[in-house]
Amino acid sequence: MSTLWFDIAHLFAGGVLVLSLALLYQDRITAVINVFALQAVVLSLSVAWQSVVQGAPHLVATAVIALVAKGLIIPTALHRIVRKLDVHREVERAIGGGPTMLAGLGLVALSILLVEPVVDTADPVAREDFAFALAVVLLGLLMMITRRNAVTQVVGFMSLENGLVLAATGAKGMPLVVEVSVAFSVLIAFIVFGVFVFRIRERFDTVDVNVLERFRGERREHL
Amino acid sequence: MPEVAVALWCIAGFLGAGVVGAVLGNRPFATPLVYGACLAIALLGVLVALGVLFGGAPATAVVLPVGLPGIGAHVRLDPLAAFFMLVVDLGAAAASLYAIGYGRHAAEPRRVLPFYGAFLAGMNLVVLAADAFTFLLSWEFMSLASWALVVSDHRSSASLRAGYVYLLMAGFGTFCLLLAFGLLAGTSGDFTFAHLRTAGAGETATALATMLVIVGTGSKAGLMPLHVWLPLAHPAAPSHVSALLSGVMTKVGIYAFIRLVFDVIGDFSPWVGLVVVMSGGGTAVLGVLYAVMQRDLKRLLAYSTVENVGIVFIGLGLALAFRANGQGPAAALAMTAALFHVLNHAAFKSLLFFGAGAVLAGSGERDMEKLGGLVHRMPQTAVVFLLGCMSIAALPPLNGFVSEWLTFQAILLSPQLPQWGLKFAVPAVGALLALAAALAGACFVKAFGVVFLGRPRSPAAATAHEIDAFGLTAMLTLAWICLAAGTLPGFVIDALAPVTRDLTGSALPAQASLPWLSIVPIAESRSSYNGLVVFFFLVASGSFTAIAVHRVASRRTRRAPAWDCGYPLDSPLTQYSGASFAMPIRRVFATVTFGVHETVDMPRPGEMRPARFRLRVRDPAWRFFYGPLARGVERAARRLNRLQFLTIRRYLALVFAALVVLMLVVAAWR
Amino acid sequence: MAMMLDLALQLVQITLLVAIAPLIVGITRKVRARLLRRRGPPLLQPYHDLWKQMHKEAVVADNASWVYRRAPYMVFAATWVAAGLVPTYATGLLFSWSADLIAVVALLGTARFALALAAMDVGTAFGGLGASREMMIASLAEPAMLLIAFAVALIAGTTQLSAIAALFATGDVGLRVSLGLALLALVIVGIAENARIPIDNPSTHLELTMVHEAMILEYSGRHLAMIEAASHLKLVLYFSLVGCLFVPFGMATGDKTLPALAIGLATFVAKLVAFAVLLPIAETTVAKMRVFRYPAFIGSAFAAAALAVFLRFVSRGF
Repeated sequence: MSTLWFDIAHLFAGGVLVLSLALLYQDRITAVINVFALQAVVLSLSVAWQSVVQGAPHLVATAVIALVAKGLIIPTALHRIVRKLDVHREVERAIGGGPTMLAGLGLVALSILLVEPVVDTADPVAREDFAFALAVVLLGLLMMITRRNAVTQVVGFMSLENGLVLAATGAKGMPLVVEVSVAFSVLIAFIVFGVFVFRIRERFDTVDVNVLERFRGERREHL
Repeated sequence: MPEVAVALWCIAGFLGAGVVGAVLGNRPFATPLVYGACLAIALLGVLVALGVLFGGAPATAVVLPVGLPGIGAHVRLDPLAAFFMLVVDLGAAAASLYAIGYGRHAAEPRRVLPFYGAFLAGMNLVVLAADAFTFLLSWEFMSLASWALVVSDHRSSASLRAGYVYLLMAGFGTFCLLLAFGLLAGTSGDFTFAHLRTAGAGETATALATMLVIVGTGSKAGLMPLHVWLPLAHPAAPSHVSALLSGVMTKVGIYAFIRLVFDVIGDFSPWVGLVVVMSGGGTAVLGVLYAVMQRDLKRLLAYSTVENVGIVFIGLGLALAFRANGQGPAAALAMTAALFHVLNHAAFKSLLFFGAGAVLAGSGERDMEKLGGLVHRMPQTAVVFLLGCMSIAALPPLNGFVSEWLTFQAILLSPQLPQWGLKFAVPAVGALLALAAALAGACFVKAFGVVFLGRPRSPAAATAHEIDAFGLTAMLTLAWICLAAGTLPGFVIDALAPVTRDLTGSALPAQASLPWLSIVPIAESRSSYNGLVVFFFLVASGSFTAIAVHRVASRRTRRAPAWDCGYPLDSPLTQYSGASFAMPIRRVFATVTFGVHETVDMPRPGEMRPARFRLRVRDPAWRFFYGPLARGVERAARRLNRLQFLTIRRYLALVFAALVVLMLVVAAWR
Repeated sequence: MAMMLDLALQLVQITLLVAIAPLIVGITRKVRARLLRRRGPPLLQPYHDLWKQMHKEAVVADNASWVYRRAPYMVFAATWVAAGLVPTYATGLLFSWSADLIAVVALLGTARFALALAAMDVGTAFGGLGASREMMIASLAEPAMLLIAFAVALIAGTTQLSAIAALFATGDVGLRVSLGLALLALVIVGIAENARIPIDNPSTHLELTMVHEAMILEYSGRHLAMIEAASHLKLVLYFSLVGCLFVPFGMATGDKTLPALAIGLATFVAKLVAFAVLLPIAETTVAKMRVFRYPAFIGSAFAAAALAVFLRFVSRGF
């Protein structure tokens, strides 16, 4: 493979990772959704490029699914939810912005540290994609942990799934079925989350998941 | 006469000066006599050390017929010892010169003079010692003498508390070193360094001994969280002794680390390097953050010492990691950076403590919130203090920048380390080092700006007076050293070559012969720096511009009151104070790190009481480390207290049980 | 003879920078004004301002010491020397080896140190306010800048700006996420260091929001002119830093032939003008931040630079 082809693949995969960190940095919910949409677009570009590089036409389908479902439908739906429910526009953080970013950087370093020596002999593209993908998954988890708001948690989960797609396309020969099923399950998860958000909102007048915990009696009074 | 003999005579001379101080004590001529003698001896020591470093003579050793019977005291002067002897005696010479004038302010010279000589002798002897017994003995001697100097102001409860904490920490450090030597020597009974080098204790014992050495020497040098005694003890002593404690004695701790880990232990895993690099980075950042928060000038300087020790340990840790991986040239670069910073810090920290002493003598204040405007009252001190501040803030073309630049160059070699953990951790520590350097800039803008600039905040500051000629000469000499080491670093690096060759098996290429006197640590295509050219350009372009503007344009100047926004309120309290200067940094970095506590007590409209702002900053080491430790000890003591009220039969049973357990251990061990 | 030519080329660089800096600032002001639908000052207005200030008498506060009067020259000299050492139209100039990227950053630190001290010299609240905020910003921006230097140096294998520019100009390095992140971080640091929106507003005189202007509030006459000239130079320095690290194309990297030098000069000026147009466009799209929002903004530069360092390890090895 020529270096330019490699460089472009590297650029797209790295772009997905950088956008994951950008998701962590955002303060406003609408900005979070927009960055997420951008991440989906970059992801689909990356997948499309991989389909050219690997000569695997079925990856085009994955790219289209990513672009349409996560680049268009889901962000639009999320924007609608935010507007309709009149959610608080600021992202409510459980941990401050600075420490979250530092933790995110640490996770990126950790995933590179883990993947790099293990698959030293593998194809460099697969190795890189794997490191990036692991980092994206971890950052998605971090986002779910550190945000109070259900909408941002949904976005965190979706971006986690983006990481899974990235990992799947980096490795050659991942069958389409797996991706379709992953995409489908995420869609279902999204619907569940959507219903869940509406239900919380109906009952508690807020989408802060802490309220839910209090309802379950998990939180002690002195907290 | 071999060099080592001269060095020993120097030590004897210091001791003699101490004895003279003890005998003559409070006579008025005793102070200049003792300090003058110490100055002469220290200069001799400097010459000897320079001779060894530049002369390239082989290491000389003698065995003195003192100490343990049949063993004697081994002393040895090799390049490493010579370099640290240079640092010690340079600091000692400057402090003695300064003290000829400054010592007259001492209330009770008899509480200072004897211990001063003993302290200098002790530090020199640590550097020369070549067996564990002599080493530990002189180490304790140095600690005790410095303790006596810390509590010389025995009427202040603060210095007594400082002395107490210092004594505990010093004892703890020595204890760790004692255990380390025990582990290294095993059962052979031969405690000379020459033997310990080849003894080859087991892998576990070596690793444990390495950790003990890090703790033991780190507590003397001021590595976090073992630094707590340092900001208490260093400011408590008279200022010339503070300079010695901060500028020189911490270096003896670093010497002990280098001697024991690099030389005596000799083989270690790269992960030791990681531990040292990380703790160095943490120490550097936390130390300087603390320094920014201080309002006592001498405490600020003491915390900044903690920072600089951290920087040195970053270099040393890198050298460890590189050497453990057999990368000699890189290890030599890191080691050179660390040793260069040792020399630099000895120079500018002594200078700054002298400056603080001058401020203290001139105004009677060291609380920065009561100073200000001293540049008008103490113009010469202000100039040299400014040079010291610029050096320590790592600004080119002065010397602090050169050693930090070398450290950065060593950090940039980290990708060639085979361990992935180190590859990632070292650039992160590089970021910490950059953060520490930037914060040091803020810290010393605060130190100089609040103390010397602006308007006086108290009558004491408004009537301050300049220090005597001895003090000024001492400070000026150190300032020249800072400038010379910053603009001609090649000569310093060349002088360090024999030391790094001994420690890492390789040395940086010779620098002094390079064109234009620039320094090139690895290769010219990789990195180079020329302090002389930068200095020349700065001076040339600055004076060219000034002359051009004055000639061509205007040179008229009018004095007028400062702009007051139309509200004439000329109380000097409207200036930014030290605490308000540090506020943004406190907000950004310190609320999480230190749990800074700010309370504002604002009276309601109509109330007559004044508004109050209270700021509480506590060292996290006390809160998270020593507080729980002390509570644990207390709880354990209360538990054990019950042992005092047992019957004799039970005591016997305890003793018997202990005996049986020990016998079981011995049986199981074999 | 070759030596004389080298010296002349170096002289061209340092005089060019001083000469062109006010023009570049004039362009940014003009573009910004046009974007705000104002007509804006003439392009050459900064030259007139400097000339006027230099010929006026300098009003010095009663309490000011020599620090206050020497600092403007120190600030100017340090910035000028730093700017003279960044490759602009050609690499490998006579003195390009005397300081590397780290030293250039540190020289700017020297200038900042001098200015902050001068601000504290008069003993008013404004000076202290400006100095303390400036040092806070610096303590965030300088580590980010050093990490950028690390990222670039780890890719290029050198911290020598001239060598980096020569290597990057060949195009062998290729597209890298690391470099993109480093560029992003450098832009943020540059904005913070040059007191541009959203960190600081160069045209404000609202006391509570200003940083750089608060420090120099007392200055007038030739002293003010020196400080203004220094801040113009600093902007050009950052432009040429971005140019030499990320778009080093057109630079005279090989033999110093006349056509190569002419192309280098032309592209350098073109780059400066392009940056001077882009900067105000970016500035007009954002609002000025509160002081305690700075850490998050500059911290993002730090994060980007740190990520650039980490990602360097995953791209193809050099």
